[in-house]
Amino acid sequence: MGGAGPGAADEHRPVTVVPGAVPRRQLCFAWGPAEVLVCETLFGRTGEGAPSTSRVFVVRRDQDIYIQTLRKLFNESHGIFMGLQRSEEELAGKSRKAQLVQVSKNYRSVIRACMEDMHQAAISTRDPALQGQYSTQVSILSAMELIWNLCEILFVEAAAAGPLLLRLLDWVRLHVCDVDSMVREVLSSENPSKHKLFWNVVDIFVLQGRMDEARHLLSKEASANPTSMNMYKILDDLMKKMPVPSLGNTQTLTELELKWQHWHEECQRYLQDGTFASNPHMESICKILLGDEDAILEKKELMTTWYHFLVTRLLYSHPTVKPMELRFYAQSSMDLFLGGESSPEPLDMILMAAFEFEMHQVIKECSIVLSNWWFVAHLTDLLDHCKLLQSHNLYFGSNMREFLLLEYASGLFSHHSLWQLGVDYFDHCPQYGRVYLELHIERIPLSTEQKALKVLRICEQRQMHEQVRSICKIMAMKALRNNRLGSALSWSIRAKDAAFATLISDRFLKDYCERGCFSDLDLIDNLGPSMLLSDRLTFLGKYREFHRLYGEKRFPEAARLLLTLMTAHIAPCSFWMTLLTDALPLLEQKEVIFSAEQTYELMRCLEDLTAGNPDKQKFQDDDVETTKVEMLRLALARNLARVIVKEGTVEGS
Amino acid sequence: HGDVSAKFCSRRSADALRPLPPRLQSPDVFATAGTTICDNRISIWSSGDLGNAGLNGEYHGEPRLLCDIQHNGDVMDMQFLDQERIVVASSTGTVTIFRHHQNNQTLSANHRWEKAHYHVDQDTSCGGAACTGVVCSNPEIVTVGEDGRINLFRADQKDAVRTIDNADSSTLHAVTFLRTTEILTVNSIGQLKIWDLRHQRNEPSQIFSLAGDRVPLHCVDRHPNQQHIVATGGQDGMLSIWDIRQGTMPVSLLNAHEAEMWEVHFHPSDPDHLFTCSEDGSLWHWDASTNVSEKPSFLHQGGRSTAYLSHSTINQSVVSAWLSNDPTKDRMEITNLIPNQTLSVNSLDVLGPCLVYGTDTEAIYVNRQLFA
Repeated sequence: MGGAGPGAADEHRPVTVVPGAVPRRQLCFAWGPAEVLVCETLFGRTGEGAPSTSRVFVVRRDQDIYIQTLRKLFNESHGIFMGLQRSEEELAGKSRKAQLVQVSKNYRSVIRACMEDMHQAAISTRDPALQGQYSTQVSILSAMELIWNLCEILFVEAAAAGPLLLRLLDWVRLHVCDVDSMVREVLSSENPSKHKLFWNVVDIFVLQGRMDEARHLLSKEASANPTSMNMYKILDDLMKKMPVPSLGNTQTLTELELKWQHWHEECQRYLQDGTFASNPHMESICKILLGDEDAILEKKELMTTWYHFLVTRLLYSHPTVKPMELRFYAQSSMDLFLGGESSPEPLDMILMAAFEFEMHQVIKECSIVLSNWWFVAHLTDLLDHCKLLQSHNLYFGSNMREFLLLEYASGLFSHHSLWQLGVDYFDHCPQYGRVYLELHIERIPLSTEQKALKVLRICEQRQMHEQVRSICKIMAMKALRNNRLGSALSWSIRAKDAAFATLISDRFLKDYCERGCFSDLDLIDNLGPSMLLSDRLTFLGKYREFHRLYGEKRFPEAARLLLTLMTAHIAPCSFWMTLLTDALPLLEQKEVIFSAEQTYELMRCLEDLTAGNPDKQKFQDDDVETTKVEMLRLALARNLARVIVKEGTVEGS
Repeated sequence: HGDVSAKFCSRRSADALRPLPPRLQSPDVFATAGTTICDNRISIWSSGDLGNAGLNGEYHGEPRLLCDIQHNGDVMDMQFLDQERIVVASSTGTVTIFRHHQNNQTLSANHRWEKAHYHVDQDTSCGGAACTGVVCSNPEIVTVGEDGRINLFRADQKDAVRTIDNADSSTLHAVTFLRTTEILTVNSIGQLKIWDLRHQRNEPSQIFSLAGDRVPLHCVDRHPNQQHIVATGGQDGMLSIWDIRQGTMPVSLLNAHEAEMWEVHFHPSDPDHLFTCSEDGSLWHWDASTNVSEKPSFLHQGGRSTAYLSHSTINQSVVSAWLSNDPTKDRMEITNLIPNQTLSVNSLDVLGPCLVYGTDTEAIYVNRQLFA
């Protein structure tokens, strides 16, 4: 599904072959957040008899997310993206533009850095398959940078006539990379001007408008070949005098055009009077200077691409080309260069769309061709910040920027370690970002508590209460399954999940009833204010306090607390019997602990329990229980007797 | 604040990294770990051009990868045992010693304790519990985990020397040595516990806890010279300073980060400086030294009172750095070393003039002129 982009609805629909699926078998599918589940069906296979296995495939939408070496691209561009979102829109005119151009350059430098890493990886690996993979990536990254750079010149910087040409020249120079090695080879040879590549290198320099370098090389030829000295001097002079647009405001376009016209006529004169007739190389250079299309086209091999041809053509025939005129030259350059021999490739179509200022076409074509969402998402976001995309609304989703960012971030979320980057992207999608985040965040595998804490922090910062609850519940359930009651409780306290805290408290109490002692005292003794989260938790804390008081032999306090637990209905009815049994040793103490009134209350509790219990059978059937009740009654009666005597004595005295 | 050079590891954040003990004067080598599921690696880096460090203190080298090795599970923590061996705590509950062979720059697994931390049953195929913290004092290794278990290993022994099952009912987040036989642990219900490993009793010798809401504590470090001073960092980003000689509550609570504080470290040789890092993407440098220097020095006043005051003065300067009861701490100088970082800073370490930290943008940074 690599890059089934927003334009996938029309004729360019890319076909993805599901590897491993039986050809021609009917497949069914279900959309996931970032993947598609594909499954083989039984449809049309009725005649086959023996049932064969059906498999389920996971098809990822953004494959590049999983390429190890591209992670640097995702991580570093995240920082740039965030910087752009934070950047001040108030900055006026020029400084804002400079800021945006800088952002664009930063993105490109990340692409280039990645390309270099990938290139290094390709060189250093011995595995040919891997090498091929890296090389493919290098060429994809290189194409991405090429497109981005052009968009930067045309849309972000929106270079005006004059500087526009200089920028395009830089663009071409940056992306024709094998010149330097050729130059080195020529210059390091014993006699450079006799080198077989000498004139090629000179031509390349001229075609790229690198006049100083071309002249430097030519001077070698002149010194080695005194007979052509005069000819050389004239050509050198022409090249030196060639007027070029300046970046500053030192000259107006009209001035430039005038100077250029003058210079052009001078070149024309020399060519016509046959000054260079004896040297075909120099003559051809002069023709190039004159913008002779055929002469330039002869050097097709040296230019390699139609857009190089376009820029060279502009340099020597329309140096003051306006942005809006580019489309005509671009189209005719492509036609001339390809000459019907080959048809334009996707990259050509994208660049052409850029020259035609069809921004949406550029984005659409890139979405279809590239196997990642990174490029279109970031480029579109940048163009949106340049206020270039506002008028365009999609018939689905909110707008193109948000649509693409959502797709990209969804891809990040499907990755086990890049998902955190995705959060920030969702945050900057005003319309659907929140919904997407909510859906994705719940699907992050919570392998360790630390990871869970990170996810939780993200949700808490965004007031995503539902998700906070669910994550804590998952973690609490996990802890419970692992018999880590303490951890389970602290997770439910974090989520303020009273129901779950009750459940865990019950587990504690059950354990206590079975074993006769508490586990996890360090936790229960230190519940603090969190005790108030659920009634059962309060009871657990208080009940433990009773045990502590009892252990410290603070019997009257212990007795009072025990009674309160029942009378104030803090204890669940099911636990009353245990509490009453706990009262037994207190009743049996040498000293009288329960007052007469307290004893009456205890008796009432016991009666409530036995009488009020609809399941009376239970007590009758269960011998142990019956004995317990009998013993309690006896103990209570004895205590009452003792306390009446005691209180009577005290009052009497 | 000094030169920071960055290196993107192109794998999960350096979740734990430790400089080697210094050789010569310069901490040149450090280890990092990534925490992805499919490609988890332990790496040894050289933090700059070893040979080309300029005499004027300028370093131009990026951190350079020396060697790396695959690791099973997320790396939760790691510590250098000595110059050649690193102990790594895994989310699978396994504790591994890796050896760094410096002659041919390779890493190999030296020893492994499978499922040192586990839930329910050690022998089942699953059920490993994340080992959250490790601390070494050669040859002893102490690990703690989500299972609330404390293990004491010796590098040269196959089985654990001592295991305290269910030492804590909640998750133990970090561990450090207090003294040779005593350790400090922090847990997810805001408790700081001291364990004396000489005692056979499976209970802590002392429990300290935060008042009020039991905010989980994530990291702990002990003052290198004054062992009674302990710093911890919590889930709310708060820095707590404890005096374990007195009370059961922290001496001071300092509002710090906006989210979990993942690590806290006193500077090993200059302990008036403290470093903390957090989920909120900040890394703070706490400088308490200004606090001390501005105190009037009674020692230099001369006269008869000197002898009388000297004792209390020493105490005061000792106290003033971290234990001063001044709740406002207005003299403490705090600097955020990484403004504009958006993703979590998971770990840090300091040694000499060097600070190393790793972030969730899968990058490690080296700051070589900390006090510049």
